[in-house]
Amino acid sequence: MDVLVCIKRVPAPGGKVLLSADGTSIDTRHLGFTIGPHEECAVEEAIRMVAEHGGSTTVLTAGPPEADEQLRYALSMGADHGVLVETGARELDPQATATALTEAIRMVESEGKPFDLLLFGNETADAGHYQVGVRVSRALGLPIVGGIKGIEIGTGRVSLERDVADGVEVYDAPLPAAAAVKEGLNLPRYPSIKGRLRAKKAPVRTIRPEPSPGGLRTVRLRQPPEKEHETVVLGYGAEAADPVVDVLAEKGLV
Amino acid sequence: MLLVIVEEDAGGVSAASLEAVTCARHLAEGTGLDLHAAAFGAHGDLAAGLSKYGVSTLHLVTSDATQEYSPELWGAALAELVEHTGVTGVLAASTDRGNELLANAAASADQPFASNCVAIEPGDPWNLTRQRGGGILLEDAELSGRVKLASLVPGSVEISEATTTHEVDVLEFVPAPRATMPHSVIVDRTSRGSGVSLATARVVVSGGRGVGSAEGFAPLEELAELLGGAVGCSRVATNNGWRSHSDQVGLTGTKIGAELYIACGISGATQHWVGCMGAKTILAINTDPEAPLVARADYAVIGDVQEVLGAVLERVRARRAAA
Amino acid sequence: MNTLPDRADVVVIGAGIVGNSLAHHLAQFGWRDIVLLDKGPLPDPGGSTGHASNFVFPVDHSKEITALTVDSMQQYEKLGTLTAPGGLELARNESRVEELNRRMASAKAWGIHAELLSPSAVADLVPYIDPSVIRLGFWTPSAAVVDPLQSGVLMREQAIALGALTVSANTAVLGIDTERGRVSKVRTDRGDIETPTVVVASGVWSPRIAAMAGARIPLTPAVHQMIDVGPIPELAETHTEVSFPLVRDMDALMYERQSGADLEIGSYAHRPILHDTDDIPSIEAAQLSPTQLPFTDDDFDPQMEDALELFPGILNAPGAGVRHAINGLLSVTPDGSPVLGETPEVAGLWSAAAVWIKEGPGVGRVLAEWMTHGTTEIDVHGADIARFYPHQRTAKHVRARAMEGYNKIYGIVHPNEQWESNRNQRLSPFHPREEALGARFFEVGGWERPHWYESNRHLLAEFAEHIDDRPHEWDARWWSPIIDAEHLAMRNRVAAIDLSAFAHFDVRGPGALDYVQRMAMAQVDKPVGKVVYTPVLDYRGGFRSDLTIVRRGEQEFRVITGGADGARDRKWFGDHVPDDGSVVLTDVTSAVATLGLWGPRARDVLSALTEEDISAEAFPFGTARELTVDGVPVLALKISYVGDLGWELHAPFEQGLHLWDALFDAGAEHGIVPAGIGVYGTTGRLEKGYRLMGAELESEYNPVEADLALPKVKSADFIGKEAYLKAREQEPAARLCTLTVDDHADSGGTRRYPQPHSPVLTTSGDRIVDNAGRGSYVTSAGSAPSLGAYLLMSYLPPEHAVEGGALLVEYMGERYPVTVARAGRTPLFDPDDQRMKA
Repeated sequence: MDVLVCIKRVPAPGGKVLLSADGTSIDTRHLGFTIGPHEECAVEEAIRMVAEHGGSTTVLTAGPPEADEQLRYALSMGADHGVLVETGARELDPQATATALTEAIRMVESEGKPFDLLLFGNETADAGHYQVGVRVSRALGLPIVGGIKGIEIGTGRVSLERDVADGVEVYDAPLPAAAAVKEGLNLPRYPSIKGRLRAKKAPVRTIRPEPSPGGLRTVRLRQPPEKEHETVVLGYGAEAADPVVDVLAEKGLV
Repeated sequence: MLLVIVEEDAGGVSAASLEAVTCARHLAEGTGLDLHAAAFGAHGDLAAGLSKYGVSTLHLVTSDATQEYSPELWGAALAELVEHTGVTGVLAASTDRGNELLANAAASADQPFASNCVAIEPGDPWNLTRQRGGGILLEDAELSGRVKLASLVPGSVEISEATTTHEVDVLEFVPAPRATMPHSVIVDRTSRGSGVSLATARVVVSGGRGVGSAEGFAPLEELAELLGGAVGCSRVATNNGWRSHSDQVGLTGTKIGAELYIACGISGATQHWVGCMGAKTILAINTDPEAPLVARADYAVIGDVQEVLGAVLERVRARRAAA
Repeated sequence: MNTLPDRADVVVIGAGIVGNSLAHHLAQFGWRDIVLLDKGPLPDPGGSTGHASNFVFPVDHSKEITALTVDSMQQYEKLGTLTAPGGLELARNESRVEELNRRMASAKAWGIHAELLSPSAVADLVPYIDPSVIRLGFWTPSAAVVDPLQSGVLMREQAIALGALTVSANTAVLGIDTERGRVSKVRTDRGDIETPTVVVASGVWSPRIAAMAGARIPLTPAVHQMIDVGPIPELAETHTEVSFPLVRDMDALMYERQSGADLEIGSYAHRPILHDTDDIPSIEAAQLSPTQLPFTDDDFDPQMEDALELFPGILNAPGAGVRHAINGLLSVTPDGSPVLGETPEVAGLWSAAAVWIKEGPGVGRVLAEWMTHGTTEIDVHGADIARFYPHQRTAKHVRARAMEGYNKIYGIVHPNEQWESNRNQRLSPFHPREEALGARFFEVGGWERPHWYESNRHLLAEFAEHIDDRPHEWDARWWSPIIDAEHLAMRNRVAAIDLSAFAHFDVRGPGALDYVQRMAMAQVDKPVGKVVYTPVLDYRGGFRSDLTIVRRGEQEFRVITGGADGARDRKWFGDHVPDDGSVVLTDVTSAVATLGLWGPRARDVLSALTEEDISAEAFPFGTARELTVDGVPVLALKISYVGDLGWELHAPFEQGLHLWDALFDAGAEHGIVPAGIGVYGTTGRLEKGYRLMGAELESEYNPVEADLALPKVKSADFIGKEAYLKAREQEPAARLCTLTVDDHADSGGTRRYPQPHSPVLTTSGDRIVDNAGRGSYVTSAGSAPSLGAYLLMSYLPPEHAVEGGALLVEYMGERYPVTVARAGRTPLFDPDDQRMKA
C-alpha cells in the first residue's frame, strides 16, 4: 500500500488575517505556517493505513522552498518520504498547481512504482479552490471522491464514506484511486520527539516542474466588510434569562 | 450561452440554484447571451419552477450511468453537454455537490473554475469576487477561458424573477457511455433519521471552551431539544474530546444557516465565525464581554454558561408546562 | 463596558504579575484612586505573564534578586498559588560542578536551604532522569511553581475590596501627557485620566509606552522557546499539575518541568532572537497571543536532543508528542537586571519592567514602598532604572547587550566578566596612551578604564616575593598578578591612575550650601578649599552613596562620585534641587579628565611641573587648590583612596592628554608607572579599609555599622538624619570588619582565593546571622601586597566582630580559616595615615 498525500503550506489559523500593503498577499510576518486540518488528517490516515497494510507514505507539496517545514512536520508524524515541488513564492492558480503536481507525481511514479492511493485535503485552508485534487486525479486517470470522512481498504478496491446533509454516503472505487478528505476522518497525532529528530535528517526530494497557468487570476485580497452593528446586552448571569426567553419567543421557538 | 446547474429540493429547484440562475441571468443579460439550465437525474418538474427566471432551455441529463451520483461520470457528462451546447459559461451553487461537479467538469474540459464566488460581473474576463478560507478573506479575481465555470455561495445573491415569463424548452441529453473510465459509485446511503441536521437546523445551540467539559453540554442538549434545534460546538470542544467532529461549526466543520445561533462560551475565532456567520440572529453567552463573538453577536448575555442556561431552561420548561 | 475615572492618584499600565502586585501593594500602603489599565483582556492580557513557565528557584548569585524572589515566594504562598515540588539544577560537566558549588555558597550567604546531590540521589527524586548523563545536582527543596494569573486576580480583588482600585481591561493607552517635565495625563481609547503618577508595568511593550511620555526604558523583547511534550503516562498518573521536582539542565541551558501529563521544556540555548517592541503583533493579529510567536523548529532541535538524552524514557513514551510549541517573548535588558524606579527623564513616570515571574510580587511591594516612602527595605540599586547613562538607554546598546547577554541567562558568569559588545563608548583623553601601554580595559558606566597594564609585566620580577600566584583558573580569571606589582610600585615610588570615569556635578547658587548640607551626612559647611568625604543616606538612614564634596566658593561646590554610581547619584541630586531656583546643578562629567598621582615620589613629580608650593604645610591633606601643571589649569585634591601621598588632578578634558604626557615625562626619573583600577578599587583600597558603594555600602546597612559614623552630628538637617541619630544610640547589629585568610590551601593542596559573596561561618561551620536577620558574607576581597595578606571585608555581629577571632569562609565547596584582623575602619596599612599626610 503506497500512499501519496498532497499537502499545502498555509498560514496557521489564529488572529485576524492581515494583508500586505498592495493587497495581493497575506502579511505573514507574525504568522506561523502549518498544514491545513484536512490535510493533517490525510497524513494521519496514510500513516495508519501503512501501519496496517504495509507499504509507505510519501508526502508531497507544491510551494516555496519554505514548505520543506510542512513536509518535515508530516515526516515527523511518521511519513516515510518527502517531495518538495518547488513552484516559487507566488501562489499558483488551481490549474497551474494541478499541472505541477501531476507532472511531479508522474516523475516520482516513473522512477518507482505507482501509488495505490492519493489523498488530498478537501480544500486548502487558505485559497479553498475545491478542485486541485480532482484535476490531478483526472489527469492521472484516477477516480476521486471528495468530503471523505472514512476510508476502508479492500482487495483492489476502496470504500469511501462521506457526510451529506441528511446522512452518510458510501462510495466504492477501484484502486488505484484518490480521495479528498475532511477533518474528522481521524484525530491526527502530535509528532514525537524522536519523530522530529528523524524528520530533521530525512532527505527531501526536490522537483522543479514548469506549471502552465490557468484562467483564474487573483487581482487582490481584501477583508470582508464588517457589519456595523451594536450588540444588545440582554443582561448579566441568570438575571438575563427573561430577556433571553423573549428573544426565543420573538423567533417563535417557545 | 450560459448554463446553470440546478439542484432539486423538495421536488422543485433549490433556493441556492435559483440564486445561481439569477446571477447567471444578470451575466447573460449583460452580454446578450441565452440562459440554459441543466439537471441530473431530476425527479420533479423543474421546468415549471424555472420559467419565471429567464431560463429558455432545461437540459435533463439522463442515462443509466448517470442515474446515481458519480462525481467522475457526472463531471464528464457535464463537460460533454458543455461541448454539445457550446455554452461559454457554467454556474452552479457552491454546495458540496455543486463544487465537486464543476471541478470534475472543469478537469474534463480543461477549463478554469472559480469556486465559492459571491459576485460575478458580466464581460470577458469575468470580474468576480470569491471567498477564501470560507469567507475569512475575499479575493477579487479575473476568470478567463473558452468556457468559464463558477460556483456561487448560497446567500450572496437576492433571488429575482425575470421581467418576462416564458415556457422552458426541456431537452433530454444522453451522455456517451463511459464504462471504462475509472470512477466511483455510490454503494450505500444511510439517512440520518429523525435527528435535526446541523447545517439545516432552525436553531443551533453551540458550546465552546466556556462549557468546560463533555458533561457541561447537558443543558445545551436539553435546550436544543426543547427548541427543536441541533447542538453544535467549537473546535476547542472537538479537540478536547467533548463533542464529535460532526458537531463542529466552522471553517473545517459545518457552516450553518440557522434562524438563531446560541453560542455558549465560544470566544469566536475567525475560523468559527465563518461557520456561523450565515445565521440570521446570534446570541452569545460568555463571561468575557470583550470576546470577539460577543462583539459580533446581535444579543449577548455576560455570564457563566451553566448559570445562564440553567435559568433559561427553567423558564422554557415552565412555559412548556403551562402551554 | 467599564468607565474610567477622570483622575487618579496613580495609573498603572499593564495587568501582568507586576502591575497587579504593584496595585495591590499601593493599596496596602494606603494609596487610593489607583487605576490599572491593560490593552488586553483579563485575566490573561497577552503579555509574558500569560505564557511563563511559572517556576521559581530562589537562589541567585545576586543578593537583591534573591531577596526579591524570596519575598515573592512568601507572597505567592500567602495567596495560595504556590506549589513547592522542589527544584534541581544539574551539572553535566566539571565547570558546572564548580558553578554548583559556587551556587551552594550563594545559597548559604543568602540563607536558603540547598543541598548538593549525587546523580543517583537526583534519580531518586526524579526517577525519569538518566543519572549517567549528570555529575552533580543542586537541590533546592523550596523551589516552586506558582500561578501568576490567579495571583493577579487575587491581588486585584484585595485592592478592589479596599476601595482603592479601578481596573480597566481592553483599554489601549494612546498617549501620556507631561507638563513641565512631569506626568500629567494618560490618554486612552476609553477616555483620559489626569494623574501625577504613571507606572509602566507593560513588559515587552514598556519601551513603547514610556516613549509616549518621552522616556526610555532600556529593554528588548527576546524569544524564549518552550514546548510541551505529552501525554506521558508517568506524569499523568500523578493526577496533579506538578509533583516531580523542577529540573534545570544547566549545561544544556534548558529547563524541564511537569505540567499535568506533559513535560514542559524551555530553552535559553538557542541563538538570541530579538524583536522590536513596535513589531510585536497586535492582540487581533496574533495567532495565540502577542507574546507567543510561531515556533521556529530549527532553533530548538539541538536542545531536543539534549532533552532526549536526559529523559530518554518518558520523552519516548508511546503516543507522546509535541503538543504545544511557542517562541515566547520576554524582556531582556542590557545587564540582565530589572528596570525599576522613576525614569530620569520624566518625573512621576515609573518603570516596573523586565521582571521575571519569580520576582513579580516582590517587585510590586518594593516599588510601592519606593513610591510611598522614597526608599526601599531591600536594596535594589542594581535594578534602578537610573543606573543607566544616556548611551546605555539607546536601542543600539540595548540590542547589542541583549544579544550578548541572552546565553548568559543559564551560563556560568564570572563576577568580573566583561561585556564585549558596544565597547569603547566613553574614552578618557588618556586612552591612546593606555592602549599603547597594553592596558586591559574594564568597563564602568560605559567608560573604558585600565584595570592593569601589560607594560608593567616586567615589574613582576622586581616584586616577585610579594606577589600572589593564583593557580586556579577561576580565581585568576579577569585578574592579573601585575595588579599587585603596580600596587607595590606605587607604594615604593609613584603611580598614575586614570579616574576619568568619575562623575562631577557643580552646585552653585545662594541655596547651594543648604542644599549640599541636606544631601550629605558630613559637615560640608567648611572653609573654601576644604574637601569632605561623606556618606549620602536615604530616608531610612541606609547608604545611598558615598562621595567627595569640594567647597570651591561660598556658594559653589563640586560633587565627585564614582563612575558606577554617577547616573543614580545624578538623579538623586537632581530630584532634590529646590524648586525656588536658588541652586543650579550642572553635570560637568564630560568636561573633566581626572588623573590620580600617588606614591612617596608624587610630590617630586608634581613639583617639577608647577611653580606653586605644594608642600604638606602649604597644601595640606583634605584640601583642594587650583594649580597650573605644565600650563594646564588643574583642580588638585589632596586626598587618597589608596593610602599614599598624592593628588587627584582634575583637568579640562581636552588638556588631559597633555597632562598625562607631562606627568610621565617628569615622572620618568622617579620611576612612575601607570596603575589600573585593580590597585585603586581593590588592593590599595582594602589595605586602607576604605568602603565601596555597592559592596560594603548599601541601603540595608547604616553608617554606624559601616563604622563611618562621625564623632559629631552636624546641626544642619540632612536626609536620613533621624534614622542616623537613632542608629547612633543603639548597639549596631553588625560591624564592618576586615579579615585575613589564614590558609589558602584547599583539600587538594591548591591555593584558592575566596571571592566576594562567600558566606562567613563560625568555626563550627554555622551561618552567622545578626539580630536584624542579615547573614554575614564577604563584601570585598583582594590582595594586600604591602601587608603580605589576602583581605576580606564582612559585616559581623558584635560577638564575632572581635579582633583576633577565628572564623571560616566557604568558597567553591570548601572552607578556609580566617581571622578578624580589624573591627571597624582603622586601616591595617598605615593606620595613622602618615603616608597620605606627608
